[in-house]
Amino acid sequence: MNQPLMLTAAQKAGPKVTVAVGALILAVLLSLPLLSLLAVDNPLHVSAYTLTLVGKILCYAIVALALDLVWGYAGLLSLGHGLFFALGGYAMGMYLMRQAAGDGLPAFMTFLSWTELPWYWSGTDSFLWAMCLVVLAPGLLALVFGFFAFRSRIKGVYFSIMTQALTFAGMLLFFRNETGFGGNNGFTNFRSILGFGITEPGTRAVLFLATVLLLVASLFIGWRLARSKFGRVLTALRDAENRLMFCGYDPRGFKLFVWVLSAVLCGLAGALYVPQVGIINPSEMSPTNSIEAAVWVALGGRGTLIGPLLGAGVVNGMKSWFTVAFPEYWLFFLGALFIVVTLYLPKGVIGLLKKRGEQ
Amino acid sequence: MRITPTADFMLEPILDPPIDANRDQGSSRDAIGLGQAAGKGLNTRHGTILTLEDISVSFDGFKALNALNLYIGVGELRCIIGPNGAGKTTLMDVITGKTRPSHGKAWFGETLDLTSMSEVQIAQAGIGRKFQKPTVFEALSVFENLELALKTDKSVWASLRAKLTGEQNDRISEVLETIRLTTSVNRAAGLLSHGQKQFLEIGMLLVQDPQLLLLDEPVAGMTDAETEFTAELFKSLAGKHSLMVVEHDMGFVGAIADHVTVLHQGSVLAEGSLAQVQDNERVIEVYLGR
Repeated sequence: MNQPLMLTAAQKAGPKVTVAVGALILAVLLSLPLLSLLAVDNPLHVSAYTLTLVGKILCYAIVALALDLVWGYAGLLSLGHGLFFALGGYAMGMYLMRQAAGDGLPAFMTFLSWTELPWYWSGTDSFLWAMCLVVLAPGLLALVFGFFAFRSRIKGVYFSIMTQALTFAGMLLFFRNETGFGGNNGFTNFRSILGFGITEPGTRAVLFLATVLLLVASLFIGWRLARSKFGRVLTALRDAENRLMFCGYDPRGFKLFVWVLSAVLCGLAGALYVPQVGIINPSEMSPTNSIEAAVWVALGGRGTLIGPLLGAGVVNGMKSWFTVAFPEYWLFFLGALFIVVTLYLPKGVIGLLKKRGEQ
Repeated sequence: MRITPTADFMLEPILDPPIDANRDQGSSRDAIGLGQAAGKGLNTRHGTILTLEDISVSFDGFKALNALNLYIGVGELRCIIGPNGAGKTTLMDVITGKTRPSHGKAWFGETLDLTSMSEVQIAQAGIGRKFQKPTVFEALSVFENLELALKTDKSVWASLRAKLTGEQNDRISEVLETIRLTTSVNRAAGLLSHGQKQFLEIGMLLVQDPQLLLLDEPVAGMTDAETEFTAELFKSLAGKHSLMVVEHDMGFVGAIADHVTVLHQGSVLAEGSLAQVQDNERVIEVYLGR
């Protein structure tokens, strides 16, 4: 007889607990860059390594959220989101390379004895144009790919395979020296961004803050979308596309919108990732990276907004520990994790927590 | 012997309707699918809402529909019966744009050429369809299912900023009452019983406010009481809407239909009242194999 009472109490407490935990995490994230500015001998000092690591994971969390928008809500499993992430990263990298090179050509071009910049490098010395490219490159690619894929009603496994092929093709293209993006070495040896030294604690702190802001903004966009009628149309699309069409909705426009939005978010995350990590190369486009992103979402719980963030945090946290402690077993562990999630946690960690909450 | 239709709305089927300005609705709006307005008023000047003439559909040489002619009048409740494989579902597919006929003409009202419109355009023009297997959005609540189906601007931009008006809320409550799901309004549609899902899908058609409703086996899996209630509901809808019902349950057909069409091997075998059709020798032959 007490159970219904307990249940409602738990349900009432649910959102409050979530908000409290969320606020706490946000406070910690916002204080991290400030603590990193403290003197090195201060006990509260946060090392540049920690800050970069957390910043990197936050970028991955944005990718996971973006992937969840298309997979969890609209039912389109993309195995090529690493491509959009890398394109945003490369756009930012072009600007950083120009900054590092000053008036000359980027180092790798001199090495190839090129005498002038390829046409697509023009304007990349301007930060503003580089930011436009960060949005335009992944956005336009997603628009064109999505337009044709959705027009031809490509769904399910076929869609996943095509996205996988797309990122693989991108990787092969960027591996070539002739493509003009530094071949398999990619871009590295960055010096400054907007005139500030890239390794200075202040710059790192600002980049970290920008990442936190982007994450919060992405969450807000995702939340607004999920609560709007648009979000419900996406869910309907996932479950019964035919029914939706006979209700008078054109699924193509809805898919295209969320697909491009997701790609742009990935591009922005990539642009913040590159200056923090200090390198971008074609391996970011490798199919395994994109598959790993799908694992984050599946582990955390798709179709929720918090799940993918949790998944990205847990998997990458474990990865950075595992690859130091038992480097050769990480991939086995990742594979086992995916199997366990598929078999026992169809709704991910969030699903498990919700179940606990209801019991 | 073929029974000729007797009802007066059948008197002048339009053989070649004039093409007017409304027609470009069918071709130009389809480019990217981002913005489409709801359909305009339908021109049904001559009393026929649906005109199918000489429709043929073949799948790998098999003729699912064979030179089929069918006219449905405004406000009519028409039942389509026929043995398995007679082409009933294919007929619905042709009307809703899911299957393109290899031959023939299909007009909605006087002016809309169904063979050149996409499924979405046909739905927006005012043809609603209920599938054979009840298809609702299982993850959404009953209310949300109706909200999505509600007749309104269904473009991407409109959906991003959509908010229900009081009038629309009233309309949903009204339909909820009609389909007797008021108490389940917040339940996930996936948790409803089979019969309730059937009703929800019918409710989704109602809020869509189509001029023509196509219903594929609407009472399959319903209890006797539910079937009886559905018959009442359909009879009350006829007049305001035109209905085309495919059904195997002869009791149900007898309860609702004033006009029955029998399909056999992709074409119309007989048309008339249920009694007329049941007395028809060819129909008896097809059904009983004599």
